[in-house]
Amino acid sequence: MVKFEIHDLNIWFGSVHAVKEVNVEIQSNEILSIIGPSNSGKTTFLRTLNRLNDLNTSYKMTGAVELERENICGIDIEILRRKVGMVFALPLPLPLSVFDNVAYGLRMQGERRKKRLEEKVEEVLQRAYLWEEVKDRLSESAFKLSGGQQQRLCIARTLAVEPDVVLFDEPCSGLDPISTAKVEEAMLKLKQKYTIVLVTNNVKQAARVGDRTAFFLNGELIETNGTDKIFTAPDDKRTNDYIIGKFG
Amino acid sequence: MRKFKEFIIEKLILFCGLASILFVVLIFLFLLKEGLAVLKTVSPFGFLSGKSWYPISDPPQLGILPLILGSLMVTAGAALISIPIGVACAVYIAEVAPAKTKEILKAGIELLAAIPSVVLGFIGMVTLVPLIKNLFHLPTGLTALSGSIMLAFMAMPTIVSIAEDALYSVPKSYKEGAFALGATHWETIWRVMLPAASSGILAAVMLGIGRVIGETMAVMMITGNAAVIPNSILVPVRTLTATIAAEMGEAVVGSEHFFALFAVGIVLFIISFFINVTADLFLHKRQS
Amino acid sequence: MKRPHRTQKIAFLFLFLATLLIIVPVGLIVVVIIWKGLPAINWQFLSDIPRQGMRAGGIFPAIIGTIYLVTGAIVFALPIGLLSAIYLSEYSNDNLLTRLIKLSIVNLAGVPSVVYGLFGLALFVVFFKFGASILSGSLTLGIMILPIIITASREALESVPYSFREVSLSLGASKWQTIRHIVLPNAIPGILTGTILGLGRAAGETAPILFTVAAFYLPQLPKSIFDQAMALPYHLYVISTQVPNVDEKIRYGTAFVLLTLVLFMNLVAIIIRYKFRKKKKW
Repeated sequence: MVKFEIHDLNIWFGSVHAVKEVNVEIQSNEILSIIGPSNSGKTTFLRTLNRLNDLNTSYKMTGAVELERENICGIDIEILRRKVGMVFALPLPLPLSVFDNVAYGLRMQGERRKKRLEEKVEEVLQRAYLWEEVKDRLSESAFKLSGGQQQRLCIARTLAVEPDVVLFDEPCSGLDPISTAKVEEAMLKLKQKYTIVLVTNNVKQAARVGDRTAFFLNGELIETNGTDKIFTAPDDKRTNDYIIGKFG
Repeated sequence: MRKFKEFIIEKLILFCGLASILFVVLIFLFLLKEGLAVLKTVSPFGFLSGKSWYPISDPPQLGILPLILGSLMVTAGAALISIPIGVACAVYIAEVAPAKTKEILKAGIELLAAIPSVVLGFIGMVTLVPLIKNLFHLPTGLTALSGSIMLAFMAMPTIVSIAEDALYSVPKSYKEGAFALGATHWETIWRVMLPAASSGILAAVMLGIGRVIGETMAVMMITGNAAVIPNSILVPVRTLTATIAAEMGEAVVGSEHFFALFAVGIVLFIISFFINVTADLFLHKRQS
Repeated sequence: MKRPHRTQKIAFLFLFLATLLIIVPVGLIVVVIIWKGLPAINWQFLSDIPRQGMRAGGIFPAIIGTIYLVTGAIVFALPIGLLSAIYLSEYSNDNLLTRLIKLSIVNLAGVPSVVYGLFGLALFVVFFKFGASILSGSLTLGIMILPIIITASREALESVPYSFREVSLSLGASKWQTIRHIVLPNAIPGILTGTILGLGRAAGETAPILFTVAAFYLPQLPKSIFDQAMALPYHLYVISTQVPNVDEKIRYGTAFVLLTLVLFMNLVAIIIRYKFRKKKKW
C-alpha cells in the first residue's frame, strides 16, 4: 500500500531552489533510505513530509505531497505531525525528566490518566530498546543519559504519540558504533509497525537498513530503486559514482 | 476548545506586542493635547526663543530660552566630564583590567547606575554644593557646575557599559592581526579597536547625554533654580526638566502656566526621541 | 623600541585613574550614607509616622506607600511586558512592524522621567479622572518600567535553544503549548531578574510620582488605590529641600533606607542571574 505520494515537488528558500521536480512514492512498512552528498536537498525533502519547513519564513513549495491520498497541506498540522514523527540528527532531549520527555506528546494531546501514561512510556521505551537501562531512572533529567541513550529516548518519545511514519534525519551522526548498531536494530524492528524514511550520509548504513534507496543530487531525485539494485547495478552513472566514493 | 483558548491567547499576545507603540503614541498625543494650548498665549517662536520665563506674572511671559540654555549648559558640562572619563573607564574595563577586577568594576558601575537620582541629588546637596561654594568663593554653591559634575556621574554608567559592549564585540581577529604586526596593546587599542568600535561608542555617548538631558531630581536639588540666562557656569540655572517638576505643583489645571509646562514637556520628548532614535541607528549600524 | 611601551604605560595609567575617578566616589557615597544614616535606623524610625512637621518621628507611611506603588507598577507591567516579549521572541517576523515596536521600546526607555509624570497627570489624573492616587502613580510607573521588563524577558526567551521548539512542534504540540510548557519555564530566571530590576527602578523614581500620587504629608495610611500616598523618594526630596531644619540624621536615615531597598533588589537580581547562568541544564 502506498503511504506517501509526492508529485512534482519543488522547494525554494527565498531564491534558492533547494528541491527540484521530485516524484516518488513511499510504501507502507518499508524503510526508504535517502542518500546523497551534503546540500543535495535530502533533509529539506524529509522536513517537508511533516511540514517542519513551514517554520522557515522564506520557504515556498509547489507540487503535492499526499499522505494516504490526502494532501498534507489540508490536514490539521498538529495531527499530521503526530502521524509523521521525526528523530533528529543530534540527540535532543527536552529539558525534562526521562519520563516527562516520553510522555510529552501524549500530555499535549490532553492525556492525563497516570496509568495510561505509565503504560505507554514503558511500551515505547521497550520498543526503542531503552527500557532496561532507564527503568529506575525515569525521574532523572534526560540530560544525564549518554548520547546513544538520549537518541533512543528521542525515538521512544516519537513513538509515544502513535505515528504511522517515522522520519529519521541522520540519526546516528553523533553516535558511537555500538549506539549506532542499537539504533539500526531498533529501526529494523520498527518497520513491522511503521513506515520509515531514513536520511543518511552513511552509504553503508543505507545499504544495511533500507528496503529501497533514493539518491539525491543537487536537489534532484536521480534514482529510486531496491537497495540491492542501487548498490550493485544502479541505473544512473552518477548514483554509481557517489556510492563508490568518486565524490562525497 | 483548546484551539479556541489558544486563539484568544495569541490575539492577546499580538495586542501586547503592539502596546509599546501604543504607549509612545499616547504619550505624544497627551503632551500635545495639553501643550499645544499654550499657542493661544504665545507663538512657537516666542516660546522657544523668548528670554523671560515669568509664568505667573500677569500677563505671563513664556519664553523658555533661559531654560534651554540652562539645560544646554549643564549637559555640555556633564558631557565634557563624562565622555573622556567614561570612555577611558570602558577601555580600562574591556582591555586592561585583570579578569577578577573586571567583575568587581562592572558591579561597581551597575551599583552607580542603580542609585536613585534623588539620593544622588541629596548627596550632591550636602557635599558637592558647599565644596563648590567654598572653592570658588561664591554666594551659593547651587550652580551649573555642581549640576554638571553630579550629572556626569549619572551619565557615566550608561556610557561605560555600552562603550564596553562595543569594544567587546570588536572581532578578535582585528586585535590579533595588530599584535601579529608588532603593535603594543595600547597602540592596538588606540589605532584599531577604538575606531572599530566607534559607532557603538558614539551611541553610548548619545544615550549618556540623553540620560543627562532627561534628569530631573538631581538637577532640581543642586543647580539653584534661577530661570535666567546664565553668564557663566558658576551661577544658578534652571533646566527644562527642573522647571516642570518644580512648578507643576503650583500650576492650576487648565491655566496657561499648566499648558506652558506641558509645552516644555513636548520639547523634552522631541529631544529625547531624536537622541534615542539616532543612538539606536548607530547601534544597529554596528551590529550589521 | 622603548617609546611605544612608555606611551602604553602612561596611557594605561590614565585609564586606571579615570576608572578610579568613577569607582571611588561611588564607594564614598555608599559609605557616607551608611555611616551617617545607620545611626538613625531603629525600629521606631521604621514604624513611626513623621512628627513635628517631619523633623522627628519615622518614615513608615513612606515605606508603605513605596511598597504599594511598586507592587501596583509590577502588576501592570509584568503581564503586558511578558506577553509583549513573547510576541517579539516567538511570533514576530523581520518586518517593518517589528522594527517599529523595537523602536518604540527604545523610545519608552529614553523618555525623561518627568515627562512620564506629565503623561500620568494628563492621562490618569485628569483625563480618566483617577485623581492623584496610588492607581495613577502605579500605572505611570508601570509604563515607565515596561521597557526593562520587555527587554529582559525577551533576552531570556531568546536564550532558550531553538531546537527545543522544533522538537516540541514535531511531536504535534501547538505553538502556544510549546511556549507554555517548554520556553517559558526555562526563561523564568531571566524574567525574574528583569522584574526585580524593574521593581528597583520603580522604587527609586521621584519625578513620575510628583504629580500623580505623592503626598507631602499623610499620617494615616492609604485605604484604597484611589488615595494618595507618601513615598520614600519624594519624602527624601521634601525633607531635603522643602522643610527647613530637619535633623541631618533623619535625612541620611531616609536616604539609607531608600538606597538599601534599591540596592538590595538589584543585588537579588544579579544573584539570580549569576546562579542560573551556572545551573543551566543544557
